[in-house]
Amino acid sequence: MEQLKTIGRELAMGSQGGFYQSKEFLDLVKSIGEARSKAEEDRIVLGEIETLKRRVSEPDIPKRKMKEYILRLVYVEMLGHDASFGYIHAVKMTHDDSLLVKRTGYLAVTLFLNEDHDLIILIVNTIQKDLKSDNYLVVCAALNAVCKLINEETIPAVLPQVVDLLAHPKEAVRKKAIMALHRFYQKSPSSVSHLVSNFRKRLCDNDPGVMGATLCPLFELVSTDVNSYKDLVISFVSILKQVAERRLPKAYDYHQMPAPFIQIKLLKILALLGSGDKQASENMYTVVGDIFRKCDSSSNIGNAVLYECICCVSSIYPNPKLLESAADAISRFLKSDSHNLKYMGIDALGRLIKISPEIAEQHQLAVIDCLEDPDDTLKRKTFELLYKMTKSTNVEVIVDRMIDYMISINDNHYKTEIASRCVELAEQFAPSNQWFILIMNKVFEHAGDLVNIKVAHNLMRLIAEGFGEDDDSADSQLRSSAVDSYLHILGEPKIPSVFLQLICWVLGEYGTADGKYSASYITGKLSDVAEAYSNDETVKAYAVTALMKIYAFEIAAGRKVDMLPECQSLMEQFLASHSTDLQQRAYELQAVIGLDAHAVESIMPSDASCEDIEVDKALSFLNGYIQDSIEKGAQPYIPESERSGMLNISNFRNQDHHGASSHGLKFEAYELPKQTVQSRIPPATLASTEFVPVPEPMSVRESYPTTIVPSASSDAESTELKLRLDGVQKKWGRQTHSPATSTSSSTSKKTVNGIKQVDGSNTSNSSTWETYDSRKHVEINSEKQKLAASLFGGSSKTEKKPATGHKISKPSSHMVEKSHVRKSSMEIASEKKALVHQPPDLLDFGEPTVQSSDPPSVDPFKELEGLLEPTTQLGSTAAAATNSPDIMGLFTETPGGTHNKDDSDILSSLSKQPVTNMVGGATSTQVAQSSKGPNRKDSLEKDSLVRQMGVTPSSPNPNLFKDLLG
Amino acid sequence: MIKAVMVMNTQGKTRLAKFYEYLPVEKQQELIRGIFAVLCSRAENVSNFIDAESIFGPDSRLVYKHFATLYFVFVFDSSENELAVLDLIQVFVETLDKCFQNVCELDIVFNYSKVHTILDEMIFGGQVVETSSSEIMKAVEEISKLEAASNAITLIPKSASGWRSR
Repeated sequence: MEQLKTIGRELAMGSQGGFYQSKEFLDLVKSIGEARSKAEEDRIVLGEIETLKRRVSEPDIPKRKMKEYILRLVYVEMLGHDASFGYIHAVKMTHDDSLLVKRTGYLAVTLFLNEDHDLIILIVNTIQKDLKSDNYLVVCAALNAVCKLINEETIPAVLPQVVDLLAHPKEAVRKKAIMALHRFYQKSPSSVSHLVSNFRKRLCDNDPGVMGATLCPLFELVSTDVNSYKDLVISFVSILKQVAERRLPKAYDYHQMPAPFIQIKLLKILALLGSGDKQASENMYTVVGDIFRKCDSSSNIGNAVLYECICCVSSIYPNPKLLESAADAISRFLKSDSHNLKYMGIDALGRLIKISPEIAEQHQLAVIDCLEDPDDTLKRKTFELLYKMTKSTNVEVIVDRMIDYMISINDNHYKTEIASRCVELAEQFAPSNQWFILIMNKVFEHAGDLVNIKVAHNLMRLIAEGFGEDDDSADSQLRSSAVDSYLHILGEPKIPSVFLQLICWVLGEYGTADGKYSASYITGKLSDVAEAYSNDETVKAYAVTALMKIYAFEIAAGRKVDMLPECQSLMEQFLASHSTDLQQRAYELQAVIGLDAHAVESIMPSDASCEDIEVDKALSFLNGYIQDSIEKGAQPYIPESERSGMLNISNFRNQDHHGASSHGLKFEAYELPKQTVQSRIPPATLASTEFVPVPEPMSVRESYPTTIVPSASSDAESTELKLRLDGVQKKWGRQTHSPATSTSSSTSKKTVNGIKQVDGSNTSNSSTWETYDSRKHVEINSEKQKLAASLFGGSSKTEKKPATGHKISKPSSHMVEKSHVRKSSMEIASEKKALVHQPPDLLDFGEPTVQSSDPPSVDPFKELEGLLEPTTQLGSTAAAATNSPDIMGLFTETPGGTHNKDDSDILSSLSKQPVTNMVGGATSTQVAQSSKGPNRKDSLEKDSLVRQMGVTPSSPNPNLFKDLLG
Repeated sequence: MIKAVMVMNTQGKTRLAKFYEYLPVEKQQELIRGIFAVLCSRAENVSNFIDAESIFGPDSRLVYKHFATLYFVFVFDSSENELAVLDLIQVFVETLDKCFQNVCELDIVFNYSKVHTILDEMIFGGQVVETSSSEIMKAVEEISKLEAASNAITLIPKSASGWRSR
């Protein structure tokens, strides 16, 4: 037995290169692995490149050698070195007849080349030929290359072949052809717009793999144009239902979940289709509720499906039962120890609070824990959540936290993002002007170079205009507090340029306005700024203008101006500056100082930055001068349009243009081709080739108004862009918990239970949550609680209300639930019976035409048997008709569908494993361990093989032999 | 859509890199280095997700999983689900394990093209086409068999080296 295994193993390895690559390659990998520095590695790789360059240009290289060289080239390029000299050889390899060489060639070209590379032209022909090959592996390899290497211009060259392959007998080919078509769609939607119906057709494919793959392009199509695909809702729901009921082959089970990846994709599509569409959403409620109940929340993949359900529920038209289930799932995520689940929980919470803001309240402590978590990813996600739930009641806490975090990180990208969020929140919810200015100062101080300059301009305008209130004293108070804070900040070293500009402007406008600071003090500060940041022209320009304003206000007020010596030296410097802008400003300043009070008053009025400057476009003040000139005999001005010469020229030009359009070159763009051609084709093909009259999406692209989920009124408030000073109605505070809402929530909970708890564990979960929560309240230190209270506006007391409602509903829930279970089993029974009467095409969506197009003599059961592997499937379906409640048991008892000699032992051990209650990777480790006994030898063999070949793993990296899953 | 799949070891050596949208080699290296720098700084027992927008541009997420000496990294956009991608990595590694029996880093280094074959069966043009590990294995084995057949005809018999290990 052992020996057989080794032989099998060798066969497997030998066929694909395995260890039979030359010692040279082994040496290369080894020496690179042991390289101590990047420079050493580069040296080794460059040496290898030289060798390869020499070798590949030798005449008559055996194919096997050539294959190895190409793989070594791929390796070299992966390490970041240029291997372009070998591209042509890779291209040549694709022309080879041998499958192995050809595939290697294709692999290399897909990794080396991009769609616009010059060599593509040499491959297109080969691809065309290979797409027609009899060997499906050749076709697959060619399709792979199609995906990567075909660009918009070359699509037409391969499109017909790819479309033909959609009906290929091999499912692997169909799958890849679908993907290639999808790729074409991504690259140039217009080139395949008439073929979009193919995706719908493939959805009905008999192979679940192909169907699952089709969901990818459909997801993209649906996300760009929801309304054309509303008719598919029923089909998607029915597929999802069948998947959830384990009607797919066992091979698609993953960690005891039926085809979870397909479920996820379907839920994503449904979320798009049901968004804001009550009718479509109603079709989905049952199946989504079923999945909520069936999901195994102890495995990673189960949680992935759960998370997707929550996303779906929060996207489709709200349903109270489902929202309840979603909230339950979220609370489980947040309570979990796994950071991954917490992350998903926070994300899901962010989605759900858009619909029901009150659920955030019961998770306040969990959210705060996440905020203080050392995991950066989780922290950021939590900030995202906080950003979404900011209200005027909690804005101060949230923005303070954000700024603290912003100061602590170095990642400029995220710093920018969080700074702009702070600004946005502050502008939207600021409780007071002083606070607002304080926050803005902090943002500018720590991320000034990263925020948009517009933010600074907004702040300037805000300070200048005040807050739109009539109360002038409040405005001037705001200004003087701003001036105070800026004068304080100027003492600090290294202030971002944008912030300095802002400070200069404010000091210039309002520095002396309230009389607290003398002009000489302010001008001194300003010239200090100009001095200290002498390499920043913009800041200097702002400073000079500010100086000019201060002096102008002084002169206008009748005070005597004497310029500080440092100011004077600065001016002298600027008057000779290379920057014309600075020079001009300096000269202006000089001129202003020389004027009398009256003149200065009119050119530089105090606090007039918000006044509109009137521009007399007609230049009426020059009328007198013109009159004078005309009287003196000057020619009056004739507007351009009235000049006779011009008229002729334009006429001539028109004629010329006319002539040009009839012959000669045309400079205007051609008209867009009319859509009629395309819209004419689909009906024709429909009639001739399509069996399934799937509703055809016409190529007309109408832009339907996207409907928005009708959500709580709070959204309307949050989207308002004006700065709000009055308190926004509290959403989570207990003040708004009017008795009416609390009763309604408790009644809704009663009805919910059909969806919710299937097993007792869920129920206990929710009750433990309460205890957990209340216990935690006791333990939690006062600081945290304070934070929670300020964030969420409510306290633990408010939580109790829904909690009691929960308890009351519990006894009734079991009743409802039991009856529901019974009912559902009845449903299954009746369904199975129906299944037997009607031909049970696995993915039959109830389109009668599918059946009628098939030859009537063919037994659909037989068809199924051929297409879907396990015959047990058929048997159990038949058995199900007679003994329906046991259907699940039957499925789990039948051994795995695949019968592959090599790994049948692993498979069978897999199906025997009690893998149910394990999280994520645990299952696989178990599997690996179970096969550990014999396989340890394998690793040893591998080791000895390498030794035999003259390469010994030396001390720096013995880990190369470490099992990944062990 | 999946944007890239990378396998690198704990010392930052790339073992596999596949980008589903074309990027010049230098850019690829830059991204790999950037990702490795982030991965290194991650503590134990934190989530497997990283915000990749600063490295990969807007709408990109990164999921990684650490196996023995290797990091498996998938970069993708909002059309995928993070937890599911984590399981996709698991499927990938399980398939590798089935294929190589107790897969180790060295297997991936030397069977470069086979690893690519497996990956191509799973992810095609940036979309996940197959998620069943046994289906992938079946396809890969069939490819190996057919290749071996064509190999036997056109190339030097493979047995010479294949049997050496006995």
